Amino acid sequence: MNQRSDDERVVITGMGWVTPLGHDLDTVWKQLMASGSGMAPITRFDASTFPTKFAAEVRDFDVNQFLDDPSVHEHAGPNTQFALGAARQAWTQAGLAAGSFDPLRAGMYLGAGEGVLDFDNYVAVNLAGWNEESRRVDGDRWVAEALEKMQAFREIEQEPNMPLAHLGREFGIRGPAYNCLTACAASTQAIGEATDILRRGDADMMLSGGTHTMIHPLGVTGFNRLTALSEHEGDPTEASRPFDRTRGGFVMGEGSGMVILETLTHAKARGATPLVEVRGYGSSCDAYRITDIQPDGRGAADAMHQALAEAGIDPHATGADGRPAVHYISAHGTGTKENDSIETRAIKRVFGELAPLIPMSSIKSMMGHLIAAAGAVELITSAMAIQHGMIPPTRNLHHPDPDLDLDYVPNDARVATVDVALSNNFGFGGQNNTLVISRFED
Amino acid sequence: MTTSDRRVVLSGLGPITAAGVGIESLWQAACEGASAISRIERFDATGFRSRHAGTLPADAFKVRDSVPKSYRKATKVMARDIELAVGAAAAAIADAGLLTKPDEPVDGPTIPSNRMGCHIGAGLIAADVDELTLALTKSVDAEGRFDYGLWGTQGMGHLTPLWLLKYLPNMLACHVTIIHDCQGPSNTITCAESSATLSIGESMRAIQRGGADACLSGGCDSKVNPMALLRQQFAGRIAKTTDDDSALKAIRPYAEDADGTLVGEGGGILVVEALDSVRKRGGRIYAEISGFGAAQSSCPDTVGARFADDDPGVAHAIASAIRNAGLAPEDIDAIVPFGSGIRVMDDADRRAMKTVFGDRLPTIPLMLPIPFFGCCGAGTGAIAIALAAKAIESQRLPARVNDGVTEGLDAAATPSRDADLDAVLVFTTSLGGQTAAVVLTRVGEDDS
Repeated sequence: MNQRSDDERVVITGMGWVTPLGHDLDTVWKQLMASGSGMAPITRFDASTFPTKFAAEVRDFDVNQFLDDPSVHEHAGPNTQFALGAARQAWTQAGLAAGSFDPLRAGMYLGAGEGVLDFDNYVAVNLAGWNEESRRVDGDRWVAEALEKMQAFREIEQEPNMPLAHLGREFGIRGPAYNCLTACAASTQAIGEATDILRRGDADMMLSGGTHTMIHPLGVTGFNRLTALSEHEGDPTEASRPFDRTRGGFVMGEGSGMVILETLTHAKARGATPLVEVRGYGSSCDAYRITDIQPDGRGAADAMHQALAEAGIDPHATGADGRPAVHYISAHGTGTKENDSIETRAIKRVFGELAPLIPMSSIKSMMGHLIAAAGAVELITSAMAIQHGMIPPTRNLHHPDPDLDLDYVPNDARVATVDVALSNNFGFGGQNNTLVISRFED
Repeated sequence: MTTSDRRVVLSGLGPITAAGVGIESLWQAACEGASAISRIERFDATGFRSRHAGTLPADAFKVRDSVPKSYRKATKVMARDIELAVGAAAAAIADAGLLTKPDEPVDGPTIPSNRMGCHIGAGLIAADVDELTLALTKSVDAEGRFDYGLWGTQGMGHLTPLWLLKYLPNMLACHVTIIHDCQGPSNTITCAESSATLSIGESMRAIQRGGADACLSGGCDSKVNPMALLRQQFAGRIAKTTDDDSALKAIRPYAEDADGTLVGEGGGILVVEALDSVRKRGGRIYAEISGFGAAQSSCPDTVGARFADDDPGVAHAIASAIRNAGLAPEDIDAIVPFGSGIRVMDDADRRAMKTVFGDRLPTIPLMLPIPFFGCCGAGTGAIAIALAAKAIESQRLPARVNDGVTEGLDAAATPSRDADLDAVLVFTTSLGGQTAAVVLTRVGEDDS
């Protein structure tokens, strides 16, 4: 039942992404349907002796193809470039142009990651400043080196709010602007909060999504030290194995997903076509441990419960066709032992006996984990599942785990009518976020 | 009553600044008119444009004292920014008179855990240079150059396994939510100097929509480290200081000879709570958060962050917050503007205030926290809002330290004085162009 007024109904009217599987909606979708893989040896830096030597990198991406005047963004870092590419696609699909909206009533809510360190110069400066006797960096020498070797733009563009500055400039958006960074849950949270901003009337439309790369020396180092990354020896395309008994960690991806959200009133007024409706958003916090997920999946279940309640969906009800009310779950599904077990447990907590009847999959098996941007690309995938009547598979699922007994759509895409989809993301640090979307019906 | 009618107030203040931990130390410094800026002792800053910052004295705050005994081990994986947030949260909870998990309350926490949210703004946390460089030195070749191959086999192993977790921005909220068992909505907003203001606005909305009854909210940041200071200097934001005397006069918001700002460490966590919840438990109320507004300015140049002269962003955020509070500009009794002393930001503040308040602007007193404590990045808005809330509760304006001539604004140096404060506007603008504004209003004894 949809009892919201058109002012409170929020629809997606444009989507775009830049991912390891391509830089436009159709190319990536075909890859997802074919159970493709973006994993390959890391080329960004020499990772040949790192515990993890591969990742899913964005390849052959040229941001200038998405810009009228590239000079405006000449200092943009990788996160901003990915975001510009994805946002331009969403903007175009939504049929937006300057003059077609009120800049002060258009906002942004992004989950953009911290930027990429100027690693080689940073390392050189630190080493030059090192004092072996005191075992500390000598401040005076460090500053002198830093002022000579490092560059202002490279440093300032690392601030996580810089994509907002660039997107605001590019698209002429002047309304409320936020960036959140709740690790792997960030862009789901961004889209959820953007939806809330629209519902309460603080804006008419929002550009929202995420953008991130951590495929850089300290990013891989950090996750390797945490032993969260797959250290698979052999074919990298087989490294990410969500829900498989032999799963051994996640594989880093990178890129951006962006959507245009509008109130239905605003979309109708400018003649835009709603692609899907955002029905519910849930957000909770594990408040458990810095390194571990709450083992019962309490926080994850809370987020799903909230999102379903806001969508007016009873998780234990079935439709006229006998199917559960949710037809597809885009799993967080990182491929770590812990996440996939606890996420499965949480979904069972929420859906009870109906849980095994709901197809769920992890596209991280194909494009890797886009960290802060993961939620946005996974929500777009869910929207395309509704549009195309197809569910993307979980690649590399060959060894069923006796404890994981849900329908993970192994290896092959599946034909299915999807009217309602749920997308989960859980962040390192305990933040859990869930979005529920549905086919748009006026 | 629809949920959006739910009134939201500040029921506890936990600022953490160079003046110390807690609202009393902040308020005392601000009323005495004593700047807490001091020489940077934590590292040798002589090569920077300024050698001074707002730094907490070592004996004023030890994070181990802010956590339960069982949590002390975890303090080893806290970057300075996280320590500050943990200390500020403990101060805020104590000030609000709430009982949370560390108090081991027999009847459960004052606010049920799943009704307690947490929104903490964070900056770009800088890695500890000494710790990282020690590991880097294990990865140099015969010529003393860094070698990726050696890093993979030897160097990275010298970093503690949890190294990354010291620096993820959401670890401020992560630690605070674990310590105090906050299971409600939680977010980490990273919009530089507007982070805390946006976070407090988001807490207000989470409570209004019924997602929580109270939130620990605000932001903390430490800019007193070489990397953060370097970035601020690269952005052209740092005032030149030489000796201690010049440092105390270095930050001159809105002055004709404003030269920049000085960095600081700190911020604050505030308890944002539904009025009905505070009334039910008999808690104290500093002020109501009556209105919120936000906007993005156009940044033609991200490094200099100069906005176009006709950019509507800052004024739009301010006007939205006032309108959202159901007030008009003439109802605003005082303003805590960003007031950083950074020329381009001061100009944007001034233009926006002029647009909204017109000819009345020179008569509206400004409160200026940054000359006291330095510019604390993501913590900036929490300090500003704590100051405004305490001023409303005290019906008193804090002193100002400002050595410059500030034509057309009530912003010059002045002692503290009594004042009728029913409505105070607070706004911050970030490097990157996000402005957030809140309106705080006085709450009567009988309001419900």
